[in-house]
Amino acid sequence: MSAPAASPRAFALGRRRFRDQVGDSTLFGLTGGASFAAVGLVGLLVYELFHQSWPAIEEFGLGFITSHAWDPVKNEFGALDFIWGTLYTSALAVLLAAPLSIAIGLFLSELAPRGVRGIVGALVEMLAAIPSVVIGLWGVFIVGPFIHDHLAPFLDRTLGWTPFFSGGVPAAGNTLLTAVIVLTIMIIPITASISRELFLTVPEELEQGSLALGMTRWEMVRGVVLPYTRGGVVAAVILGLGRAIGEAIAVTQVIGGLLGIHISLFESGDTLASRIAAQYQGAATDIQVASLVYLALILLAISLITNFIAQLIVRRFEFQRVGGD
Amino acid sequence: MPATDTVGSIAPIEIAQRERQPSPIQRSVVFDVRDLSVHYGKSQAIKDVSLEIYGNMVTALIGPSGCGKSTFIRCLNRMNDLIPEARVEGEILYHDQNLYGAGVDAVAVRRWIGMVFQKPNPFPKSIYDNVAWGPRVHGMRKGLDDRVERALRQAALWDEVKNRLKRSAVALSGGQQQRLCIARALAVEPDVLLLDEPASALDPIATSAIEDLIHELKSEYTIVIVTHNMQQAARVADMTAFFSLDVHDDGSRTGVLVEYDETPKIFTQPADSRTEGYVTGRFG
Amino acid sequence: MSGTRDSGYSLRPTAQLRRRKLVNLAMEGIGAAAALVGVAVLGLVVWAVAKRGAAALNKDFFTDVPATFGETGGGIANSIVGSIVIVLVATAFAMPFGVLVGIYLNEIAGQRVTRLVSLVLDVLNGLPAIVIGIFVYGLLVIGSGHAAWKASFALAIIMLPLVARSTQEVLRLVPEALREGSTALGVARWRTTVGVVMPTVLGGILTGATLAVARAAGETAPLLFTCSVTTSQVSWQPTEALQSIPLTIFQFLESPNPDDHAKAWAASLVLMTFVLVLSLLSKALLARSRRKLSR
Repeated sequence: MSAPAASPRAFALGRRRFRDQVGDSTLFGLTGGASFAAVGLVGLLVYELFHQSWPAIEEFGLGFITSHAWDPVKNEFGALDFIWGTLYTSALAVLLAAPLSIAIGLFLSELAPRGVRGIVGALVEMLAAIPSVVIGLWGVFIVGPFIHDHLAPFLDRTLGWTPFFSGGVPAAGNTLLTAVIVLTIMIIPITASISRELFLTVPEELEQGSLALGMTRWEMVRGVVLPYTRGGVVAAVILGLGRAIGEAIAVTQVIGGLLGIHISLFESGDTLASRIAAQYQGAATDIQVASLVYLALILLAISLITNFIAQLIVRRFEFQRVGGD
Repeated sequence: MPATDTVGSIAPIEIAQRERQPSPIQRSVVFDVRDLSVHYGKSQAIKDVSLEIYGNMVTALIGPSGCGKSTFIRCLNRMNDLIPEARVEGEILYHDQNLYGAGVDAVAVRRWIGMVFQKPNPFPKSIYDNVAWGPRVHGMRKGLDDRVERALRQAALWDEVKNRLKRSAVALSGGQQQRLCIARALAVEPDVLLLDEPASALDPIATSAIEDLIHELKSEYTIVIVTHNMQQAARVADMTAFFSLDVHDDGSRTGVLVEYDETPKIFTQPADSRTEGYVTGRFG
Repeated sequence: MSGTRDSGYSLRPTAQLRRRKLVNLAMEGIGAAAALVGVAVLGLVVWAVAKRGAAALNKDFFTDVPATFGETGGGIANSIVGSIVIVLVATAFAMPFGVLVGIYLNEIAGQRVTRLVSLVLDVLNGLPAIVIGIFVYGLLVIGSGHAAWKASFALAIIMLPLVARSTQEVLRLVPEALREGSTALGVARWRTTVGVVMPTVLGGILTGATLAVARAAGETAPLLFTCSVTTSQVSWQPTEALQSIPLTIFQFLESPNPDDHAKAWAASLVLMTFVLVLSLLSKALLARSRRKLSR
């Protein structure tokens, strides 16, 4: 069989290339464009927040951040009470949630019998899926009354002498304590799941090495597993913190929405996110609306700073673990 | 000693000039293994292994891969307890105590019987802390610095790391890491050191360093070493146990102990034809 | 001291070892207790919603529109339809966008660009939903009013990082040998990506989508700003301001009417069931795709 005469077109490289060039360019263009748009979205968001809050920024300046006021009648607004509320409730929630989450993560990865691990793990992750509005609903009708009827009197009797539970049993169930409990419940699933996955990444040879040295399981966890996953666990906790800081819906339903900077958890208060959610619809004047957006801007700043710190810590711990010094 | 040239790469002279082993009467029994069988779920990994391991000697376990050497050695420090499907039958007496007896705690077992693994596994701590952690946990808090130095010297690592004890152990080279793992095991002053292919992940120079180390250590410790490298066994071991695989009708394989004797005998005058086939390179 | 070598290598536990084992036991107990607390809370929430929600559920709940003010009865048919429309449109926005970004990050972008875009995605992921709501309000709602698609836009922003990241991760699992095999045949880059790589990861992308949908379906804050002045009629038009389930729950809560509270529980049951089912589905899909890829 003689080879057919190669026609000039048969191996033409130029023609195939063009179609593929178009295809490649389209792919690069579409995907790159999408990514560029994502970056632009964030920039646009920051711009938009500044734009909407500008009247309030012009009016109050940076003093807004340190001002106690919030008076829609006199049109005087300030963020301090809510900054306190946000930081205080989130910090307490993380303080409660972090050890619990780490313990759950350890239980699910190291200590539990095999069969239990799967079920409990799935249950904890399902808790993460429950929408915040449902948690808020549950907070209002179940946690609130529980606190009012049982927990608060108990805490008043036992710890009423501390600044955290001073002031006597609250009149209703909408308190800072309720908010803290609700936030804790929202943080635990994420932090616990991430912790569990982290603990599972510890190489088996490290675990076996420590057990061969004559360690108990807990000593292995304390000496090898926890140090190995330090950075990731901190990042997971900060992720939970970020969630708590930004939570509006569940908090606003249970916190009571009052002004004031309090330490006692029996008092009511408000957070940045919660106040925005509560007042945005009913804001009467433009300056009030702008002030609420100013609150959102501060919330955004706190959220970004928290995120940034998390990145720094993770980077530093990773560096240590991989051997630099 | 007859100098039959059965192992090509080892000069028969080497084996002949080896220091005389203590006669059988002078040996002290550390492990008395009787009819040891291990099942992983349905399959049987090793069957009816019986031998005695003697104090202050190096015992090598050789044989083709999959023949149960690692399974066997992990019975000696109860590391097989960590595998849920593992079932251990038979008896291991350690200094006349039943290793798997009631009232025996696996953690206590591992205090006396240490292990070094195939892949170096330094903890994510400093060099000092890697070595000091074991003694700390076991309650040896006094004189920790001396203890760490002694262990690192025994592992022939001290000179290389003495000025950077606080640095991370992960930054060491492979050979150094493995010596660190040895130091770590020695720091708690065990009785026995189990080595599961300790040099197979290392380059020849690091391997040679480890082998020299083993020579030094046997005066103080009892050493059991698994190796897939026969020449290594011939170089370091006093006693050698040859494991092989029994193939059953249904295709499943079980590891068995074929022959166990003084090393020169295994390599020059093996009693079993399977042993002879392995050490002369005909199979395995 | 746990014994010296001269003490005869006893295998019996010493006092020190017994103490350590006690500590070990205590720690295991604490871990178990913590897990118990976690599970108990989940159980409490689910139980409360199920019990109270079921009490108020009836067939009409799903088929009727809300009763006029002050009357009892009525249902959330408009909310159910509205939520479906909003979430579907949001998915339609977020999926192509997110998958494209995921492809860009894993297949095309260089290291520095990848780091920048990943950072941006992380930021997006951590943004409070209420901030996103205000953003979309300023961008789309001011001057032109509320609409379902605007709510979808806001939800899509929330879904974007989830879809992008799961796409990226599942692409990372594809062995390089697969791409190389195609390239070695002379196939162009875009064809390799679209024709060879993408088909293998469709399952994983679906999993990521399911997770993102579960998340978006439950968000309330963005809805407040983009789609809360709503009609009480059942409508499938994305251009109208449709009622949605999370918003309904939120509004029922504010009302003093106990009948509304009962309806809030019922609506919560519907929403929670939907979200939990999706969550379980995504887990099952994840397990399945992991098995497939590891063969």
